[in-house]
Amino acid sequence: MSRTITVAGVALDVEDRGEGLPLLFLHPGEGLQPDRPWLDALARTHRVIAPNHPGFGPSALPDWFGTVDDIAYLYLDLIRALKLDHVLLVGACFGGWIAAEMAVRTTDPFRGLVLSAPLGVKFGGILDRDIVDMHGIDRAGFMQRAWAEPAKGEIDYGRLSDGELAGVARGRESLALFGWKPYMHNPRLRRWLHRIDIPTKLIWGDSDGIVSTAYGQNWCQEIPGASLETIAAAGHYPHWEQPDAFAARVAAFAATLS
Amino acid sequence: MRTWYFSEMAYHPAWKKGIERGSLRVNFPNEAVDPVEAGKLLNRYLDEFRLCDEVGIDIMVNEHHSTATCMTVSVPMALAVIARETKRSRLLTLGNPIANRPDPVRVAEEMAWLDCLSGGRLEMGLVKGAPYEIAPANSNPARLMRRYWEAHDLILKALSTHDGPFSWEGEYYHYRNVNIWPRPIQQPHPPVWMTGMSVETGTLAAERGHVVGTLLSGGLAKPMYEAYRKRARELGWEAGPDRFAYAAIIGVGHTREEGLRRADQIADYVRTAPLVYEPFTNPPGYNSLGANVAILKNGPRANRIVTDRNGDQINHATATVQQFMDTETVFAGTPDDVFNQLKAFNARMGGVGHLLFFGQGGVLSHADSMSNISLFGKEVAPRLLELGMPASAAAE
Repeated sequence: MSRTITVAGVALDVEDRGEGLPLLFLHPGEGLQPDRPWLDALARTHRVIAPNHPGFGPSALPDWFGTVDDIAYLYLDLIRALKLDHVLLVGACFGGWIAAEMAVRTTDPFRGLVLSAPLGVKFGGILDRDIVDMHGIDRAGFMQRAWAEPAKGEIDYGRLSDGELAGVARGRESLALFGWKPYMHNPRLRRWLHRIDIPTKLIWGDSDGIVSTAYGQNWCQEIPGASLETIAAAGHYPHWEQPDAFAARVAAFAATLS
Repeated sequence: MRTWYFSEMAYHPAWKKGIERGSLRVNFPNEAVDPVEAGKLLNRYLDEFRLCDEVGIDIMVNEHHSTATCMTVSVPMALAVIARETKRSRLLTLGNPIANRPDPVRVAEEMAWLDCLSGGRLEMGLVKGAPYEIAPANSNPARLMRRYWEAHDLILKALSTHDGPFSWEGEYYHYRNVNIWPRPIQQPHPPVWMTGMSVETGTLAAERGHVVGTLLSGGLAKPMYEAYRKRARELGWEAGPDRFAYAAIIGVGHTREEGLRRADQIADYVRTAPLVYEPFTNPPGYNSLGANVAILKNGPRANRIVTDRNGDQINHATATVQQFMDTETVFAGTPDDVFNQLKAFNARMGGVGHLLFFGQGGVLSHADSMSNISLFGKEVAPRLLELGMPASAAAE
């Protein structure tokens, strides 16, 4: 079920389902899509708390709000407001960037970190694109790159209500607000990843054409002890394309945590 | 109705190649430009602007980036040349895409400099810019208009403050010592113009008393003008025709056939210019939420459908001159034809004080362009000056 929780003056729409130790799931730039199977798959082993990011879906975007830093502090406040502890922090794509920004600030509330094809960091040179320009390719090209099997990710917008379509349009605008320039990364974040002192697992789809597994290996170099696993037949959104395999990897990682 | 001639200084020799690639903008590599040919064309187009001064019409310059449709990359640079070559014409930038410019104080400096150079002939358009200008500037399309208004306010304050320096600590722009030299001749600042196609723009422009212009579609212009007049009345003043501008393609000839042929050739600009790789047509946040919902439902063209006066859809890529005339995108024929068409248009719109005369779209030859300007300037423009508020609107 979803409910509205107001934190730091921001009305957040939050999914909260399942029982057990808490898992905070931070959704990708494509949105939360709570009716899809992955939240339920994760909720078999955890209490899953999944906010719609400010400006996405039904969550508000206040005038003053505008950076990934703002989201990171907001979610640290959310954890405090919900009195959560021993949280497994899971972020996918854009949500992985937010998760990393939270974890470099503090790891106190977290027992572990899962980053699924995160954006947010730059490793390459000035002429290298670490992250594909998703706004410089057409939708068909984006689907080809983001999916092992693009047909599985198609959304029939004609079947959505105007309210749902407005949520999609707001989310796209908000993603631009947070990640347009520098493109989907914070140039300074790489230098602080060493502060992440909790067990960290990187998960990558073996067919990800948005950020490569080599990019994921670079993350592992910066976060002490981090390791990377790939999921077969998945692109940039393994939680979406292979929800059961994704949930199984998360559960297996969680089982190793104290 | 005053007349302002403009041309985008197109690099039309590359259009065929761009059309074959499916995009004339942003991702069309500049290997398709012969820079020597570009220089010849720029000089030719500047000669055409100079003729406007001789025949007594005003001049407008705009800018686009990374495109074969427009080689003007900087309105102040083009107007600097034109200011030196003209004596009487007023000079309009329409415009400065200020939300895509990192440094609004520099814009204010350039405008003040031009106003001094031209002896106070500058009119200053401050515009949002087209959606496909976002990518070349790499400006953030989210909250674009919020950035626009901050830049707008800073530019006007920089132009009108004489006891500076002042400091500016805004959301987007930060300066500790704003104090531009020189300052403009026209005080408190040169007249300000905006462009738009929405009721909202009409309302916002009315609140500031700016001139508002729209491009190539009478059907979209009228509701915007009406919103402007309504808001002005609410604020206690009457917006006359001099607050409204309209851009149209115009082909005038010694015969009707010659005028139509010229318009047809200029209209190739409209048929060609929108051709751009789809991801650059609608950056997220550029269009309103409502427009984006329509686009998600009905495809990328959903918010750009142009209709004629009967409500029938017009495809800009293939429209005939007659269809363009039906949508008030084109006015064409003999000087009498064009005058009569514009007189009727002025009446339908409730009084439009400025005609932005799109008189060279690319493929029209130099001789035809010069003749088009000359005929219009001598035989149509003086009669348009007598068109004011139409009788029907004045009687309301």
